[in-house]
Amino acid sequence: MAAYRCLRCAWLLLVFISSWYVVVSGEETTQGDDRVSVADNPQIAADTAEQPSEERRWEATQVDKAVPDDAAAAAHKQDFPVPDSVLTPTPQFKDTFKEELVIRPLHSGDIYASFQFRTVWETDFTRGSKVSHYRLFPKSLGQVISKFSVQELHISFTQGYWRTMQWGQPYHPSPPGAELWVWFQDTVTDVDATWKELTNVLSGIFCASLNFIDSTNTVRPSASFKPLGIANGTDHRFLRYATLPREIVCTENLTPWKKLLPCGSKAGLAVLLKSEKLFHSSFHSQAVHIRPVCQDPQCKTMSLELRQTLNVVFDLHTSGQGKREWSLFKMFSRTLTEACPLAASSKIYIDITDNPQEEQFEVSPATPLLSQAVVLGDRRTFSVYDLTQQVTFGTVRSLNVLIRWKSTEGDMLRPLLHAERYVAGYGLQTGEIHTLMYNNHPFRSFPVLLLDSVPWYLRLYVHTLTVTSKGKDNKPSYIHYEPSKDRVRPHLLEMLVQLPPHSVTEITVQFERALLKWTEYTPDPNHGFYVGSSVISALVPSTVAINTNITEEQPLFSTFFPCKEESSYFVRVYTEPLLVNLPTPDFSMPYNVICLTCTVVAVGYGSLYNLLTRSFQIEEPNPGLAKRIANIIRKMRGVPPL
Amino acid sequence: MAAPLTLLLIVAVTIRAALNRSSLAELIAERVEVVSPITAWKRVIEGLALLDLGVSPYSGDVFHETPLIIYLFHFLVDYAEITFMLADVITAVALYTAVKDYNKQVFRKQKFSLEADRYPADCRELIRSPKEMYYIPLKVAMFYLLNPFTILSCVAKSTCGLNNAVIALFVLTTIKGNVLLSAIFLCLATYQSIYPLTLCAPAMLYLMQHQYIPVNFWRASFWWFVVQYLFMYLGSLFVIVCLSFFLLGSWDYLPSVYGFILSVPDLTPNIGLFWYFFAEMFEHFRLFFLCVFQINVFFYTIPLCIKLKDHPVFLMFMQLAVISIFKSYPTVGDTALYLAFLPVWSHLHRFLRNIFLVSCVLLACSALFPVLWHLWIYAGSANSNFYYAITLLFNVAQILLVSDYFYAFLRREHHLTYGLYLKKKDGSEATLVLK
Repeated sequence: MAAYRCLRCAWLLLVFISSWYVVVSGEETTQGDDRVSVADNPQIAADTAEQPSEERRWEATQVDKAVPDDAAAAAHKQDFPVPDSVLTPTPQFKDTFKEELVIRPLHSGDIYASFQFRTVWETDFTRGSKVSHYRLFPKSLGQVISKFSVQELHISFTQGYWRTMQWGQPYHPSPPGAELWVWFQDTVTDVDATWKELTNVLSGIFCASLNFIDSTNTVRPSASFKPLGIANGTDHRFLRYATLPREIVCTENLTPWKKLLPCGSKAGLAVLLKSEKLFHSSFHSQAVHIRPVCQDPQCKTMSLELRQTLNVVFDLHTSGQGKREWSLFKMFSRTLTEACPLAASSKIYIDITDNPQEEQFEVSPATPLLSQAVVLGDRRTFSVYDLTQQVTFGTVRSLNVLIRWKSTEGDMLRPLLHAERYVAGYGLQTGEIHTLMYNNHPFRSFPVLLLDSVPWYLRLYVHTLTVTSKGKDNKPSYIHYEPSKDRVRPHLLEMLVQLPPHSVTEITVQFERALLKWTEYTPDPNHGFYVGSSVISALVPSTVAINTNITEEQPLFSTFFPCKEESSYFVRVYTEPLLVNLPTPDFSMPYNVICLTCTVVAVGYGSLYNLLTRSFQIEEPNPGLAKRIANIIRKMRGVPPL
Repeated sequence: MAAPLTLLLIVAVTIRAALNRSSLAELIAERVEVVSPITAWKRVIEGLALLDLGVSPYSGDVFHETPLIIYLFHFLVDYAEITFMLADVITAVALYTAVKDYNKQVFRKQKFSLEADRYPADCRELIRSPKEMYYIPLKVAMFYLLNPFTILSCVAKSTCGLNNAVIALFVLTTIKGNVLLSAIFLCLATYQSIYPLTLCAPAMLYLMQHQYIPVNFWRASFWWFVVQYLFMYLGSLFVIVCLSFFLLGSWDYLPSVYGFILSVPDLTPNIGLFWYFFAEMFEHFRLFFLCVFQINVFFYTIPLCIKLKDHPVFLMFMQLAVISIFKSYPTVGDTALYLAFLPVWSHLHRFLRNIFLVSCVLLACSALFPVLWHLWIYAGSANSNFYYAITLLFNVAQILLVSDYFYAFLRREHHLTYGLYLKKKDGSEATLVLK
């Protein structure tokens, strides 16, 4: 019995000891794992930190791949205390700069030049971290973005109107005047106040009248302006959109814009940007687009992209003196001698799609490099001049691309979507806005989103809204309407309309012109009031498959609007701004009006007061003057009066 | 009497129906003299369209009518034409009945006074005979229904016609001596456009007279009646305001309807005094003059009550006239309502001083409104001052008309007390003056 008990005790002891051993050894192994992970990661981090500093200048894409590990290392650094000596990275640059110029000869003989400068900076402003070291990214904009918690910012200044029917679609559409639209981060509490401050700051940065943006010309579109970069939510409470159709763009706006470039206007493509030539053109548009973008298809890291674009159309007759011959020198009165030293890539593209056998025009100097890109739903071929190669500049050390037309024939592909707008009616009491949208696609119909922001002093009557295509009523499937509030906010009308194939869709809406206070008129009231362009956003069916992978290496001009589908591409079309006359009071006579109206009120008051306070009495005839004087004298004498 | 009235109604409705079917209807509906930003039918339709879109009609600045109107037309929008004709017919019939009743009372009172020998002997000429009073109610209905102002207003479907109907029903119920209904219709009228608030005083005076309650501040019965009436009036106002709130689920309509009437943000030209004055106003004086002009409408109530406390119906007429001249967005429909009362005072004609001049000016102005509007807005050969000048003249004429009637009324009362042919101390013929 005792032996049995002993055996049992021993067995229990054995079990206990063995279990203790297992637990302890388990703990040891986990501790060991930890140590291993801590020890391993710094090495990876150190590796990745060194890697870009060596290879960055040549291969931009490899840097991108190294990035996630780098971020992971940074995250580890917060979690575990790691010896600094291991982790301190050698100074590395997480930003790249690319520049390019696209030249598209237009069939009208005009020429379209589109500059694009892109700075991508791998940084994250959204987490509220303080960023103080700037390299290629302009500090002035960086500070604005972090201070006002801006998610996306798009600003454009345009002089002239883009003629879609003559010139085709632009690479970067913009309405005449100034346009600003901003997505704020969802951490912003008072969006309106932030927007007000932001517009004032931008007004200073770009020397423009953006400070005239207030609640009367700001709208919150519900569908037309989606974020172009990556975004978590699309709650339109954080979106603000405003246009100033009257804004005049000139040198004072170009200079601050050029200053944002890493090379300024000293080197690279920016030397071509001389204002005396740029503003001697039929269309000029400059823009700044800031958005967060993905670095890789998995979208593990975010970087901030700054695109500065400048589009200009030189007129055949005013700039080209009627000769169908264009060169860089003729356009910009400069030639190119070098790329911007800070640029990772610097290229000139010339659209030669319509000219495969050089029967239309010839381009000299000839370049062996050809590139194909799908842009605006079409596969285009481009001659490419790589400015980072010394070969490009030839023996004369300067590049002056020359385009000489051989024949004036040839037909342009008609743009699939275009729109126009005008005011109908006569007199200063009412009117009607007509918007015409053309779908030139022979057999496909597609939906478009129309955005109209009309100032409050044109009182829209939404019950008079009619949408007709091919003579039939075409009911919009979605209408978002915010009526105006006098002196507070404008009308906002957004509609989703299906455009039938090969048709014209006409949208009309009546309005009434308000009489304003005399101080609310502009200094030239009879010039009229501008109404900003309608914005038409559409997914137009594409003839070729579109590459939806935005992180792949592509020319910049083809990657502005993100593509979600392969079969259609995004187009934004702006209509003409409207100029509408309002009835005016006579500005010269406020005093007269105040006096006269008050007199009439006083007549009313006086006559009633008279009748109310007095009573009827029999009239006693007034004694004559002589009699009155005689009576006074008699009174003094103490004699009874006459 | 029923036959001529029926005939009149048929003629009136025919004219309206014919005009509604003609191409003039659209033109009339755009006229700024006929429709104001509050009463325009186009804006009512817009409000309904906004409701259909799921947007509150008061979120914008186009619709300014009251919630009850929008819900009324939510159901009646297809019968709008008939509704407005019906409103005119109701107004005319209500005024007809009211004036008939009133004349009966006037005649009875005159009979008592004659029996008590209260009138001086030479006042026989001023005594009204039943024969001349017989056609007055019909004339009132005719003045309302066949007045071009009313016809235009009805063809333009200005909601002013509905306001007029409510006010006419208020007059009718007051003259009938129905306290509750009078309070309810007054409350409806106030709810529509604030200004009829001042009609509270004549209504109370009339009803007290009707119930033989002396107007004496020291009497409990006086205060008891005032409290009773105000309770009914404010109570129904409260109910109707709350009802509007529950219909819409928000108080948005208060600033949009009453704030709009009081602060005059819309400067669309009309026949009133406000639009050009506030378009040309210096910004820092704006509030001051706004207060002055709005107080001006309400200001005359108390002095008029004191002066006319024995003649509440005339007081009502005076109040209606003052409102339609000095309100912030007047239309010709408002003018038409008080002009309809003129036949009631036909016995004052011998004391009117410048009725010929005033009626000529009113006629000329009515013709010149569209002409100068065309010159300013369409032809561009005139400017805003031309149209403004006509509105000034039109208002001066209206003021002169009203004050002339007031003068004539006071003078007749004076003669009824002191005799028609007054003599001076020396026996020569005397002239009356206001002193």
